[in-house]
Amino acid sequence: MPEKVTLLSVYRFLPQTNCGECGEPNCMAFASKLLERKFTPENCPPLKKPKYKEQMAKLIELIAPPIKEVTIGTGNSIVKIGGKEVMYRHELTYHNPTAIAIDVSDTMDDGKIVETCKAIENISLVRIGETLKLNMVAVRCASKDPDRFSYVTSLVARSCNLPLILCSFDPKSLKAALEKGQVANKRPLLYAVSEENWREVSELAKQYDCPVVIFAPNNLTLLKSLIKTLQAIGIRDIVMDPGSYTEGKLLKDSINNLVMIRRAAIQRGDKDLGYPIMAVPAIIWMGEKQDPITASYKEAYIASLFMNRYADLLIMHTLETWALLPVLTLRQNIYTDPRKPVSVEPGLRIIGKPDEKSPVFLTTNFALTYFTVANDLESAGINCFLLVLNTEGLAVEVSVAGGQFNSSNVRDLFLSSGVEKMVKHNKLIIPGMAARLKGDIEDSTNWEVIVGPRDSSQIKSFLTKYWA
Amino acid sequence: MAVFFGDDYEEKEEAKALIKSLAKLIEKLGDLEIENVEIRAEELTLILQPMIGVMAQAPQLLPKVEKAIETLLKTEFSPPIETYPGQIAEVQIGATRSDGGSRKKVVRIGGEKTMPFYSFEALNPNRLAFAMDVFDMPVALAKSVKQHFEDVMHDPADWAKRCVEDFGAEIISLNLISTDPLIKDTSTKDAAKTVERVLQAIDVPLIIGGSGNKAKDPYVLEAAAEVASGERCVLNSANVDNDYKRIARAAKKYGHIVVAFTPMDINNQKKLNRLLLDEGLSKEQIIIDPTTAALGYGLDYTLSLMERIKLAGLLGDSDLQMPILASTSNSWGAREAWMKSEEWGPREYRGPLWETVTTITAMMAGGDLFMLSHPATVRVIKGLMEDLYGEVDTDQRIQDWITDIGM
Repeated sequence: MPEKVTLLSVYRFLPQTNCGECGEPNCMAFASKLLERKFTPENCPPLKKPKYKEQMAKLIELIAPPIKEVTIGTGNSIVKIGGKEVMYRHELTYHNPTAIAIDVSDTMDDGKIVETCKAIENISLVRIGETLKLNMVAVRCASKDPDRFSYVTSLVARSCNLPLILCSFDPKSLKAALEKGQVANKRPLLYAVSEENWREVSELAKQYDCPVVIFAPNNLTLLKSLIKTLQAIGIRDIVMDPGSYTEGKLLKDSINNLVMIRRAAIQRGDKDLGYPIMAVPAIIWMGEKQDPITASYKEAYIASLFMNRYADLLIMHTLETWALLPVLTLRQNIYTDPRKPVSVEPGLRIIGKPDEKSPVFLTTNFALTYFTVANDLESAGINCFLLVLNTEGLAVEVSVAGGQFNSSNVRDLFLSSGVEKMVKHNKLIIPGMAARLKGDIEDSTNWEVIVGPRDSSQIKSFLTKYWA
Repeated sequence: MAVFFGDDYEEKEEAKALIKSLAKLIEKLGDLEIENVEIRAEELTLILQPMIGVMAQAPQLLPKVEKAIETLLKTEFSPPIETYPGQIAEVQIGATRSDGGSRKKVVRIGGEKTMPFYSFEALNPNRLAFAMDVFDMPVALAKSVKQHFEDVMHDPADWAKRCVEDFGAEIISLNLISTDPLIKDTSTKDAAKTVERVLQAIDVPLIIGGSGNKAKDPYVLEAAAEVASGERCVLNSANVDNDYKRIARAAKKYGHIVVAFTPMDINNQKKLNRLLLDEGLSKEQIIIDPTTAALGYGLDYTLSLMERIKLAGLLGDSDLQMPILASTSNSWGAREAWMKSEEWGPREYRGPLWETVTTITAMMAGGDLFMLSHPATVRVIKGLMEDLYGEVDTDQRIQDWITDIGM
């Protein structure tokens, strides 16, 4: 929400009875939770009473983020995009990670369509205890045949449980798809209203209560005009596609457009542009048959470029894991809370069933480092003790350079853990990237320090060589 | 009902009256429902044609309604342009014969007036610059990087030449890691000789890095600074817990630039920058390295730090108005970049892409100078730069993407 929203301005619209029904001690505490986005106005039971109707409406308007949150899909198959409040993530955590859709063409044969849908739904990569997944299916009407598009969209709706984007500039095709109840019931995102078709497509969006994209390539005046028009028609859930050019000067324009739109909405309070933005890196694949490696590579970095510049939704084409993994990882990075280090509790961890001869390892409390090391030890079936050093949530290399990983911290951890009494040897294995601290740690702990591998995936082979 | 009227109230009333009477007529005809239907000018035209005799006013009113629809849809967009009170210092890396060195090319970085690639509001004067990493001894490198350098890794001069001549490196980043007492403990004198040899082998500017040994690095960099006198090299790096004064003095005495390195902490960065300024270095002699973590390994911190530093500098914080160095080759520390994995797909594509995405993120956040390892990353990023600087004409058409994507 804009900075001008203060605790008091929010409090003004609350019942101020301190009834505690929300679970907070008083209305001021509730107000602060509202500002932190931990609550919505609906969490205040009295506010839902008719006599507060007007206050409720005003409160909702007051705390509405400058970028509207748009929900696509229904029931247990929904994606929320937008809801953004800031230009830079250090100001406040970004909300609603960029949704990633993969396209399916209605010119593919039925078997391939079903297979692709399953593949999109099944891609799942685990990082730092979080499962990274794709979010939507974008069905393209490439056949230009409304009947085929209608058939394929219902086939896709039946084949997977992901929210859909219906892609066609032909209102007849969109209409044919929506007339099938199972597609319309999923409340798909309609792509797209254009300068030519806005009358018909906006009518469909209204009739079927679907969110709709406005496509205005490299023309922000047109984009705004179309938004104003759709607003006048009564359409509320709008997504903006200012055009995803992927090469030359036009790529420069696309990036500028995204920044201008977001700045106008957030810093200048332009409500007409306060909607989620989408981009289509899949455009890389237009035209002549592409070399799939070059195209996937380019698509991935173009996607990361747009994601770095406010894209709330991306339509991609590649299904190569090597190309999607960096994009999904970037999304995970951008959408973490910048104010909170990703760390785990320091201390001693027992892996497997170690005995007095088992090795003792040292790592940091940066969550990713810790989970990676612990997972590697477990999956290699190594029974051992793992000392987790408080490096303030920093990885090994960074904390060695920064001094958080130092010999006196290691000694304190070493002593407080009591690991000395648990084993009958005096050997400590430190990360390869902390090699330069070997001597210092030996001095501070009086143990023999063995420099381990630079990456914990090598621990097993390391142990067979260096651990009798 | 969505009908667009003119701004003028009377016109609206007239139009309403017209439509009311139209509605009556149409009701009789039975082919148009007026509720929830949007009447468009061309429809009105069609409907009105047979009615001219019935309604004398209609022909005059019609153009007004048509015009009203057009005008009301229009709006203006004006770019939301900001100006910033501060500007980032410009740093020249390398010196040609005319300014005391022997480089054929120099590289200027920094000087920004706005955030990266906000070219709608201001053009930043200098391009981002790309250096490639060279080491003074063979090191463990990811397979997909190593294959490009395997035959030159025993000789840093050949390695540097390969980077410049074959892969288009604009700067060489020479890392004197063998000076580490735990590695080879190469003497400062021998390290300085390596620096001389590399300078002779290439005509682009040089970044000289130590081994990371806090005690020895200042001496290594001092010796290197002396043999490279006048070349405007970048000494990498001074930090709060090494003898930064020695490095700053060497930079002043022999005409070089200093990297101010801090591990992910904007306040320490400010402190160190100020300490270096107090040593008599100018802003034009300092480059900030706030730590670059790899994609998936803390890149989020790097991204926000760089944005904060760049914004602070633009807003006038003179302690943070220096260009930013991003050691994006750190991406190769991420196992996703180098490890064999069936689940993740072929590492020969995954690795350079990991470095590319890390680099793009640091570029968009405010990095000015980048260190890269893989030739493919350098090629891709340089191409992307030309696009983002608007140097490449294109007639790309995207209107038909829905139908024209191949399968």
